[in-house]
Amino acid sequence: MSIKSEDVKNIISSEKFKKLVRMRTTVSLSLTIIMLSVYFGFILLIAFNKEFLATKIGEHVTIGLPIGMGVIVFAWILTGIYIRWANNKYDNSVKEFRNQILNK
Amino acid sequence: MDTFQTTLGQANIASIIIFFAFVVLTLGITYWAAKKTNTTTEFYAADRSISGLKNGWALAGDYMSAASFLGIAGMVALKGYDGLIYSIGFLVGWPLVMFLIAEPLRNLGKFTFADVVAFRLQQKPVRIASSIGSILTIVFYLIAQMVGAGSLITILFGLPYEAAVIIVGLVMIAYVLFGGMLATTWVQIIKAILLISGATFLVILTLAQFNFNPVTLFNQAAEKYSDAVLSPGGFVTNPWDAISLGLALILGTAGLPHILMRFFTVPDAKQARKSVFVATGLIGYFYILTFIIGFGAMVLVGQDIISGIDKGGNMAALLLSESVGGQMFLGFIAAVAFATILAVVAGLTLSGASTLSHDLYVSVFKKGKSDEAGEVKVAKIATLAIGILAILLGLLFKGQNVAFTVGLAFAIASSANFPSLVLSILWKKFTTKGAVASIITGASMAVILIIFSPTVWVDILKNEEAIFPLKNPALFSMVASFVVGVVVSLLTPEEEAQNKFEDEKLRTYLGIGAE
Repeated sequence: MSIKSEDVKNIISSEKFKKLVRMRTTVSLSLTIIMLSVYFGFILLIAFNKEFLATKIGEHVTIGLPIGMGVIVFAWILTGIYIRWANNKYDNSVKEFRNQILNK
Repeated sequence: MDTFQTTLGQANIASIIIFFAFVVLTLGITYWAAKKTNTTTEFYAADRSISGLKNGWALAGDYMSAASFLGIAGMVALKGYDGLIYSIGFLVGWPLVMFLIAEPLRNLGKFTFADVVAFRLQQKPVRIASSIGSILTIVFYLIAQMVGAGSLITILFGLPYEAAVIIVGLVMIAYVLFGGMLATTWVQIIKAILLISGATFLVILTLAQFNFNPVTLFNQAAEKYSDAVLSPGGFVTNPWDAISLGLALILGTAGLPHILMRFFTVPDAKQARKSVFVATGLIGYFYILTFIIGFGAMVLVGQDIISGIDKGGNMAALLLSESVGGQMFLGFIAAVAFATILAVVAGLTLSGASTLSHDLYVSVFKKGKSDEAGEVKVAKIATLAIGILAILLGLLFKGQNVAFTVGLAFAIASSANFPSLVLSILWKKFTTKGAVASIITGASMAVILIIFSPTVWVDILKNEEAIFPLKNPALFSMVASFVVGVVVSLLTPEEEAQNKFEDEKLRTYLGIGAE
C-alpha cells in the first residue's frame, strides 16, 4: 500500500505528531540521564569515598553490598518503568497514527 | 577445607557426555533450521520470527560470555567487592540500549546496525567506515573468546589447545553456515538456559552450606580473610580510569554488532523493547549469582587454591562446583562453560559475516543491486572466511595475554560504533562526512591509545612507563568521536540527509514502512 507523500508531510508537521516525538525524546533522555547519574554516582563514590561504602551495617556486611546490588536491580526496574510507559501511553498514540494513516 | 583436592585437568566423563549431548542437540537444531534458511531475511534475521521473550534469552546468551561467568566469579573470589564493579558496568549498558537504540534500530534497519547509520546518508563511504568499526570490534572479541576457549578446554578436558580451538571453530561454522540466524538464536537460548540454571543450582548448593543465608557467607568470608573483601579496594585508584572504563563498558554494550544484530530478528519495535527487558533481568540476575559464587569459592575453596590453579582466578566457579556438587556437577558446569564459548563465537561470526556480505559486498561492491540467492551465497562464503579467521586467531595468539582485547573491543564499540549510531538516530544535521570522520576517529584513537596505555605498553610490551595514562581509552576516544562527528557535520551540511530525516520519522517513531 502506498501512502501519499502529502499525507506524510501533513502528519509529520502536525502538532500531535510533534508532541509524540517530543514525549518520546523526553522520556528516553530523562531515563538515560537517571541511569547514567546513578551509575557514575556509584563510580565516584568508589573513587572518592571508599570509606562510606565500607560503612558497616551488620557484623561485617558493609553498606556497599546493598548499594552495589541495588544499582543492578535499579537498572532493571528502570527498563520496567520504560516498558510500562511505552506499552501503554506510547503504543496507544502510535496505534492512533497508524490507523489514521494505513486506513486511508 | 585446605585439603581440598581437585580433579580439574583430567578428562571428566560427565563433562564429555554433557558437552557431546549439547553439540548433538544443537547440530540437530541446525539441521532443522537449515530447511528454513534460504532467503537473506531468513539467514541474517531468522525471518523476523523470534518473539521478544525468546530474543531476550538469546541476547542474554550472546552477552554472558565465559569471560563474564568464570572471569567475574574469579575476580570476586580473589578481590571480593571489586569484582562487582565490573558486573555493574556490563549491566548498566542495557537500559541505555533500550531507551536510545532498540526501537529506532528495529524500525530503520534491515540486517546490520550500519543499515541505520547509512539510512539517510551516502551508502558507500558510510558502509565502508562502519564495516571497519564492526570488523575491528568482532576480531578483538573473537581473539579473546578463541584463546579463552583453547586454554579453558585444555584445563577442563585435558585436550590439546589446538584441538580445542579447531573443534570450537568447526562446530560454530556448522551452526552459522547451515542454520543461519535461526540456529544461532536457538544455540544462544539453550546455552542461556543451561548457564542460568547451572549457576542457580550452584548458588543453591553453596548457600545450603550457610543455612541459606548470604549474610552468613559474607561474614565467614570477612572472618577468613579480612573485612576488606566486603568493601571497595584497589581496583579503582584513579577516578578518571574508572570513568573511562565505565564509559567503555556501558556505551560499548550499545555498540556491539552481534548484539545490535539480534534486534532485527523480532517482528516489531514492541518485541524489541520486550527483549531488552527480559535480557536485562536475566543478565542482572546472573551477575548477582556470580557475585555469590565468587564469595562461595573464596570461603569454601580458598584463595590460595584458586590462584594456585589459575593466577587470574578463572577456575573459581569450577572449583566451587566440584567442592559443593562433586565430579558430576563439575562436569556439568564445565560443559556449560564450553557451550557458552561456542555460542558467543557463533553470534560473533554471524555478525562478522553479515558485515562482509551485506554491508560491503552488496551495499558497496554491488551498489545495493544483488539477487537473494547471490547474497545468501556470499554470506555463506563470508561465514566460512570469518570462521577460519577465528580458528587462525586462536592458534596465532596461543599463550598470549589477550585479556585486554575484550576491553579494546568495548572501547572500539563505544568509540566507533555507538557515536555514529546514536547521532544518526537523534541528530537531524548529521552528515556523511561527519559519520565517516566520527567512526575513523573513534576506531583509530581507541586502538592507538590502548597500545600506548599501561595495559599494552607496560604490561605486554614491558616498557617502564605508559605514554597514555589511562588503562581504557574510551573517555578520550569516544568524546573525540562525538566532537569530530558534530564539528565535521556542521562544516559539511547535507540537505538531502536533513530532508530524509524528516521523511523517515514515520518509520522511526511509528514503524510504518519498517522491514
